Amino acid sequence: MTLLVALTLFVLAVFLGMELISKVPATLHTPLMSGSNAVSGITLIGALVSAGTDHSTLTTVLGFVAVVLATINVVGGFLVTGRMLSMFSSGSRKRS
Amino acid sequence: MNASDVTAAAYLVAAVLFILGLKGLGRPRTAPRGNLLGASGMLVAILATLLDRSIVDFRVLLAGLVIGSAIGVVLAVRVQMTGMPQLVALFNGFGGGASVLVAGASFLAVVDDGLVDDQLAVAAALTALIGIVTLTGSLVAFAKLQEVLSLSGFRGQGVLRAVLAVVAVAAAVMVVVSPADTGWFWLLVGAGAILGVLGTVAIGGADMPVVIALLNAFSGLAASTAGFVLDNPLLIIAGSLVGASGVILTQIMCTSMNRSLFDVVFGSISASGVVADADEVYGDRVTSTSAEEVAMILEVADRVVIVPGYGLAVAQAQHAVRDLMRTLNDAGTEVVFGIHPVAGRMPGHMNVLLAEAEIDYECLLDMDQVNPTFAQTDVTIVIGANDVVNPLARTDPDSPIAGMPVLNVDESRTVVVIKRSLGAGFAGIPNPLFAADGTLMLFGDGKKAVLDVVAALLNA
Repeated sequence: MTLLVALTLFVLAVFLGMELISKVPATLHTPLMSGSNAVSGITLIGALVSAGTDHSTLTTVLGFVAVVLATINVVGGFLVTGRMLSMFSSGSRKRS
Repeated sequence: MNASDVTAAAYLVAAVLFILGLKGLGRPRTAPRGNLLGASGMLVAILATLLDRSIVDFRVLLAGLVIGSAIGVVLAVRVQMTGMPQLVALFNGFGGGASVLVAGASFLAVVDDGLVDDQLAVAAALTALIGIVTLTGSLVAFAKLQEVLSLSGFRGQGVLRAVLAVVAVAAAVMVVVSPADTGWFWLLVGAGAILGVLGTVAIGGADMPVVIALLNAFSGLAASTAGFVLDNPLLIIAGSLVGASGVILTQIMCTSMNRSLFDVVFGSISASGVVADADEVYGDRVTSTSAEEVAMILEVADRVVIVPGYGLAVAQAQHAVRDLMRTLNDAGTEVVFGIHPVAGRMPGHMNVLLAEAEIDYECLLDMDQVNPTFAQTDVTIVIGANDVVNPLARTDPDSPIAGMPVLNVDESRTVVVIKRSLGAGFAGIPNPLFAADGTLMLFGDGKKAVLDVVAALLNA
């Protein structure tokens, strides 16, 4: 990827992110945050390459710790978001 | 199609799933599916990455994935809804920390191979700085929310912060100028780590929603810049989506407090305001009440608004409040909740707490929905909130909170404030609402007070 292509992706994704989020009701702010936070754990795929590439012991160790941290972020994030959202829906189901 | 084409195609699929997932998270009905879409996107991305042929040792990967998953599951299942801000802060920090390590490992490997160029060095320096500030800042926020750390600012903090910022910028420049000396990279990480601590340690509890939203933006941004280091389009896309959403949430939180981001991070509440003396405001005009008296007023009410604040979370009163709501509903009284955007310690904190108590989210009104209805409200019950219901924000242009949007609870016929004492809120100012003619103070622990009112209603 050239720098310009990478920057293009970056800028377009920023605009898209702003459009997607700007109309979210306050009720969903916490699940939105923890869900989007889990998405930011995407750095995990970089960690996997660093940890799995046999470059040097140091890079493997750094990569390994990164895999652990990012996995906590991803697994915990999606799980806790699901937990919260299930409470939201159960409330309305009981009413209707 | 070779392996790297398959990976690239899978990354496109993952990016689309992330976008659909975030879109879904924006509406209550579609939110659970949105979360699942996001998680599937992540699974696709991970599987595709494992196809990468530069990966030679899968044992390390599996160990990391298993350990991380186990910790993540335990944290996510165990957390109570009152502790959600801490957990989100912690997860934010881990994401930021992972990005630093990834950038570091990749940078070191490229330097070893002698293939480093300016673009990569700049991206690595940016990732190191943003990621490490996210990590240490989040850990401090976590410690403060968990109340294991009660430090506040100290003298000379501003100077120290400025010095470290200069060190960090200088180190970042050196990383680009002289990438082979990897010491500069670690100096940058060290300076950034202390900056993250200094940046959050002085921030007060009521500003936490802004801080957590900002750290959320940072964790996304760090992932995005890590994508520039690794030349990975999915990291760039997913990271910037999250970064942008974090920025929007930060903006919403700042607007709701009428404070600029700069004030939150660098200063405290504007010092120019004239703070009235508490005795002068309260005098002997504060009316204290009992649970029985509150029950009598509620019995004849047609419409009740409950305004929760952080005190509700501290007292774990959400289930008691649900009982109160049901008791009143059974008697034919309409009950809704009026929620200020910065009530609690993170955006939407109150909504999650009340959802945990099985309160229908359609009964949770935000500020713009509930404010026009206070004039037609018989009783407003304020539980553990203070500054967000202070009428001075509207009436006194010299007040430190002047201009902050507040819930106009004083327009309702009767206001019952459940609170431990007349102590000031985060803004440190007295609240004339407590001394107003239509206001009754029910002093005590939030949960016990609400349960007493419910008992009194049922006995009547």
